[in-house]
Amino acid sequence: MDMSPSTIRPKLTARGVNVFYGDAQALNQVDLDIRAHEVTALIGPSGCGKSTFLRCLNRMNDLIEICRVDGDIRLDGEDIYDPAVNLVYLRARIGMVFQKPNPFPKPIYDNVAYGPKIHGLARSRAEMDEIVASSLERAGLWDEVKDRLDAPATGLSGGQQQRLCIARAIAVRPEVILMDEPCSSLDPIATARIEALMDELRQNFTIVIVTHSMQQAARVSQRTAFFHLGDLVEVGDTDTVFTQPVDPRTESYISGRIG
Amino acid sequence: MAEAVTAGESAPRSSLLAAPEGRRARQVLGERILLGLLAASSVVAILTTIGIALSLLFETLRFLDAVPLFDFLFGLNWSPQIAIREDQVGSSGAFGVVPLLVGTGLIAAVAMTVAGPLGLFSAIYLAEYASPRARSFAKPILEILAGIPTVVYGFFAVLVVAPFVRDSSEAAGFEVSSESALAAGVVMGVMIVPIVSSIADDVISAVPQSLREGAYGLGATKSETVRNIVLPAALPGIGGALLLGVSRAIGETMIVVMAAGLSAQLTVNPLQAVTTITVQMVTLLTGDQEFDSPKTLAAFALGLLLFIATLILNLIALMLVRRYQERYD
Amino acid sequence: MTDPRQSPTETILASLPRRRRAEARFHFYGIAAIGIALGFLILLIGAIGHQGIGAFSQTEIALDVTLDESVLDPSGTRDPETLSTANYRAVVRAALGEIFPEAVRKRRDRRKLTALVSIGAGFELRELVLADPGLIGRTMRVWVPADDEVDMLFKGVTVRDSGRFTEKQLGWLDRLEAEGRIRSAFNWRFFSNGDSREPELAGILGAMSGSFFALVTCLALSFPLGVMAAIYLEEFAPRNRWTDLVEININNLAAVPSIVFGLLGLAVFLGFMGLARSAPLVGGMVLALMTLPTIIIVTRASLHAVPPSIREAAIGLGASRMQAMLHHTLPLATPGIMTGTIIGMARALGELAPLIMIGMVAFIVDVPQGLLDPASALPVQVYIWADSPERAFAEKTAAAIIVLLAFLVVMNLTAVILRRRFERRW
Repeated sequence: MDMSPSTIRPKLTARGVNVFYGDAQALNQVDLDIRAHEVTALIGPSGCGKSTFLRCLNRMNDLIEICRVDGDIRLDGEDIYDPAVNLVYLRARIGMVFQKPNPFPKPIYDNVAYGPKIHGLARSRAEMDEIVASSLERAGLWDEVKDRLDAPATGLSGGQQQRLCIARAIAVRPEVILMDEPCSSLDPIATARIEALMDELRQNFTIVIVTHSMQQAARVSQRTAFFHLGDLVEVGDTDTVFTQPVDPRTESYISGRIG
Repeated sequence: MAEAVTAGESAPRSSLLAAPEGRRARQVLGERILLGLLAASSVVAILTTIGIALSLLFETLRFLDAVPLFDFLFGLNWSPQIAIREDQVGSSGAFGVVPLLVGTGLIAAVAMTVAGPLGLFSAIYLAEYASPRARSFAKPILEILAGIPTVVYGFFAVLVVAPFVRDSSEAAGFEVSSESALAAGVVMGVMIVPIVSSIADDVISAVPQSLREGAYGLGATKSETVRNIVLPAALPGIGGALLLGVSRAIGETMIVVMAAGLSAQLTVNPLQAVTTITVQMVTLLTGDQEFDSPKTLAAFALGLLLFIATLILNLIALMLVRRYQERYD
Repeated sequence: MTDPRQSPTETILASLPRRRRAEARFHFYGIAAIGIALGFLILLIGAIGHQGIGAFSQTEIALDVTLDESVLDPSGTRDPETLSTANYRAVVRAALGEIFPEAVRKRRDRRKLTALVSIGAGFELRELVLADPGLIGRTMRVWVPADDEVDMLFKGVTVRDSGRFTEKQLGWLDRLEAEGRIRSAFNWRFFSNGDSREPELAGILGAMSGSFFALVTCLALSFPLGVMAAIYLEEFAPRNRWTDLVEININNLAAVPSIVFGLLGLAVFLGFMGLARSAPLVGGMVLALMTLPTIIIVTRASLHAVPPSIREAAIGLGASRMQAMLHHTLPLATPGIMTGTIIGMARALGELAPLIMIGMVAFIVDVPQGLLDPASALPVQVYIWADSPERAFAEKTAAAIIVLLAFLVVMNLTAVILRRRFERRW
């Protein structure tokens, strides 16, 4: 199913992934490769399993008691569902940005500094300042907040909050960033800023984004995977998927007949 | 109702604005009366508060005729027995409330030293760590502790805890009186654990899951998430839970009556016997005395102090918890 | 945009063991807190059970009593008045004299001997005779309660050489035991008697009936008032400053120390209205004021839990708001209201401080028959006995606590079952 050239080694590989919530099956035998330094978009109608799949990649589903995952997911060839895997380490390497901006009820500075602080990434205050500043800069938020780093993060606008959450995620310098519909609660201007940001971030990070906006997927991603009713229907280069879909279901969705 | 439907078919429709008649009118009247009764019932709670406030205030004012307010609030000596002797007319006796406040504070401090950590960690465990099975085991334990009458705690303090405190501190070379603030305070602390833990549990559970996910997504461990994100977010509510615990501690009566003693000493040594506001209220009102004696009236003055103190604590606590809940609603 | 710093993975990996230990420690604190609470609970129940279990049995002594007509009813009229005032102690003394003829010669010995048997022995003989005057003139073997010190000795609470008995008394007791005249029997007196100065005769029937009358009063007042107030506040009251005040007031009232309610009762019910001290009526009224906020709060919560769609459906059919409430919301909320009320009553049953304030701590022998008879209550009985110096009262205290806790367990279990049975999730 994967039509990528075999020369590029994938960052993440998923093979035969099934997810169950209690008795209900949410994902069915998903095979998918995520390539490094690309933006991969997961699209599909609501309830198709795209967010579920995303949350499998950093084992966020472990937090849901009735959720059961089987199959094989590897990060650089290492099985992330191996019982010996340390979740803290995994999630430090695979960061996440959530659907609704969820800044901690703390000052802006502390929000960004939190990840580096718990992981012990800064040896001095100056180093921490440097991490916070560069992360905010990369998230395109520095100019707006540099004079009020002590202000509570909850006072920022929705778009600023989401960029803060991105800054918070990259401050830990993960290898992969997962984004779960990061623009769904934002206005078009804020959305445009975050989309521009993603393109910049893929220089340093591998990005997987769930979106229900096909336009967004087309704008930001290099690769697109289409999910439907728990199945991964089609995956390929974004241009190909949007212009010459192979599966009739993909075509129906893209042309607006389902979803 | 059935008549109205058939009538509507044939007869000219009555106006929507027409006054109700017959059965419907009686129903409206009945509902008015019932509504009045319901509203009247809701006033009983207000009347209770007013009744408490007025009766305490009234008797306290009469008490203050005999004992000056300054002597009452700042006096360092409490020995009300003197004042009821006939030959002591003119003497105000010793109604200085400071030793009682110190004793009450000391015991409440001991109680909160026990109830604070135990209650908070129980709540954290229940809200964040316990599996549904562990929760279904641990929660009833706390509920049972909450349901045990205070007189039972008092008896237990006298039967087991006080001798234990006495023996172990004597073994350690401390001098202990047979009734100690420590024994009463520790038992009271256990009694307060469920109050703190149940409110703190609610408050912690109300912290939005998205904040936890944010921390986990950065690679925080569970305890880091709880300590750095969840607890600070829940802080006002937890403060409210602790304040309600303190309010409960200073108003608690039977444990201290049975285990803390009667001697009004000015001490902060928890191994000494101290007395509290509530103990003195009970002592002043048991035994035969006239209703109007300064001793009886003093109990009301103490009651007023207690009522005001707990009222302030409760109001602050309820405000903290409520404002916190609104933040995340 | 390249990052000059080294990859962070090494640093993170190095921090993991320390953080895993911190995690385990934190988790342990939680379990330890619950463990301490559980340990305390077990210790409390264990200590009280251990202390109180003895009170459910009573050492009894077998006497061959001759119900001598010349002592009990010299005139032979069998007049109940005569029979109830007759000298049954003499009959008991005579029966003891039969067993120990040598002891009754000296007055001092005679007193020492009689002291082994409870003074309740005479009362129990009287009850026998009053129930069946035909027994007069007959000789029969009767098990009578031993004195509390004897009881303590045979239960192993006190030792022989504690100085409470003379050598002679110990000898007599040994002989009684050797002759099979001593047994340990179920202490029915504990459940059928009122309070007494004699531990072996003291029972909790008076306290239980006092508690019963107080709780009935409490329920009769607080339940209708509380439910009606809650219905008004939840279903009909406009949302404004006034109702906000009422709500804050109710929440605060629920946290006012119970002893303050006692003062209110003392000032208003006793002082102002002049009701009788120590009456379960007044106790119940005070407890009702104390329970009222709880009932209002749980009833409001139960009404609130009924989805508004049900109310709207009824109103959409043309029902008035009152009808929608009476026919739909209230019935659906009933299980929750019942559960909350039972829990409120359980709390009222264990409450003591306000009862002390209104004088329900008197020593009362007679079992109260109505709302205005002087009465104690179960927790009051616990308090009075806990304060009594006699050693035997310690086990009575614990036993009264066991009975009190048993009632609480039954009430709370009922509440739990109601909740399980009728709990509805919307």
